[in-house]
Amino acid sequence: MVNDLLEIYGYDFTDYSRASLRRRINRLYILDKFPSFAEFRYKVKADEDYLDRVIEELTVNVTEMFRDPSFYKTLREEVLPVLATHPFIRIWHAGVSTGQEIYSMAMLLHEANLLHKSLLYGTDINPSVLGKAKKGIFPLDQMKQYSENYILSGGSSDFSTYYTARYNQAIFSGFFGEKMIFSTHNLVSDRSFNEFQLILCRNVLIYFDKGLQDRILNLFDNSLELFGFLALGSKETMKSSHVDKKFKLVMANQKIWRKTV
Amino acid sequence: MMDIKHKLIVIGGSAGSLEVILQILPALNPNLNVPVIIVIHRRNSYKSLLATLLSTKTGLKVKEAEEKENILPGNIYLAPADYHLLIEKNFTFSLDLSEKVNYSRPSIDVTFECAAEAYGSNILCILLSGANSDGVEGLKTVKENGGIAAIQDPATAEVSFMPLQALQHVAIDHIFKVAEIAHFINNF
Repeated sequence: MVNDLLEIYGYDFTDYSRASLRRRINRLYILDKFPSFAEFRYKVKADEDYLDRVIEELTVNVTEMFRDPSFYKTLREEVLPVLATHPFIRIWHAGVSTGQEIYSMAMLLHEANLLHKSLLYGTDINPSVLGKAKKGIFPLDQMKQYSENYILSGGSSDFSTYYTARYNQAIFSGFFGEKMIFSTHNLVSDRSFNEFQLILCRNVLIYFDKGLQDRILNLFDNSLELFGFLALGSKETMKSSHVDKKFKLVMANQKIWRKTV
Repeated sequence: MMDIKHKLIVIGGSAGSLEVILQILPALNPNLNVPVIIVIHRRNSYKSLLATLLSTKTGLKVKEAEEKENILPGNIYLAPADYHLLIEKNFTFSLDLSEKVNYSRPSIDVTFECAAEAYGSNILCILLSGANSDGVEGLKTVKENGGIAAIQDPATAEVSFMPLQALQHVAIDHIFKVAEIAHFINNF
């Protein structure tokens, strides 16, 4: 299956962590009730329209607003004051998924009065999640959790003023979306496309093997300005990468590094 | 050259299991030659003190499992809060933030299943006290791969639902009183 996806469609899952990928493939096989694995494989090979679903389900798209509130608190207190000194701020959310984190970031920038001079790039391998991110519409039943996270992250506004509730959906204000650009980008095969002051890529590297992690950290290094910031997930590290020496942790216990060389 | 035989013990539990683990740890052989993985359901908090707490109960090294880390004998690994703990066939850990399984992340099923796929028959999985059925499917996979499936005696469990579910659905090899668990681990 992994070979089919590469040979027919150019999606390269070869260097993904195997245990997780195997679970994702089995999960989709069961979800879509194929009578046999051979038929599942045939469908993937023969039906290009089914591909979007395969890519969406093989990649993990679990995300929330202000996930790990202390991380966002550090962004507010340590990173934004530095970004504020730039005339123009470029931020890259790599693996943006359905967009909860990029909207969180836009709120931080708005509250620091920086959104007007910022541009947020959201990229993902998966076109259908990007469509959702672009809309800025999230399930209403998540708002209680997001609002709690927001307060823990040091937010002092009324979170509910940022969205309009309609039926079971929360529609986020259009002025956040105006500062965002969404595009497909495959971290495995695509190159650097700009220079940023901050790159966020949280809980993406855990799905890759060490060699691929190293290549992607290299890509981030090439896409960051000197003294730019890189943020990873709470269980991710640069430790085994060869660009490690060029970066310094901003704060103990927070996965935010600054490029120093 | 013969490969070193890789063995593994995985303990899963939910409500009422922490007390059991606190009793098991002091009785473990300080020279234990098998890795032990503990997956328990707990509240999701970023700074977890659980590893520190468990460390006070044993001379063995207790740590949260890190992604891509080699699984080494004599270490006790904790599944980090809010991630599934997966095991690769090259005996390393992977973390995964995918959907909750049985309303749980980490899910015991996920770790039991991966462990069984990586270690085959050289595995002992023990399901302790708990209020849901996470771990039951995993024990099935353990049995299918020739490993040993064990449970805490439901009569001794603070919440007996989880071990009872296992007993109903899986051909369990051992039913342990709490005091028997460490002894069995030491001799595995």
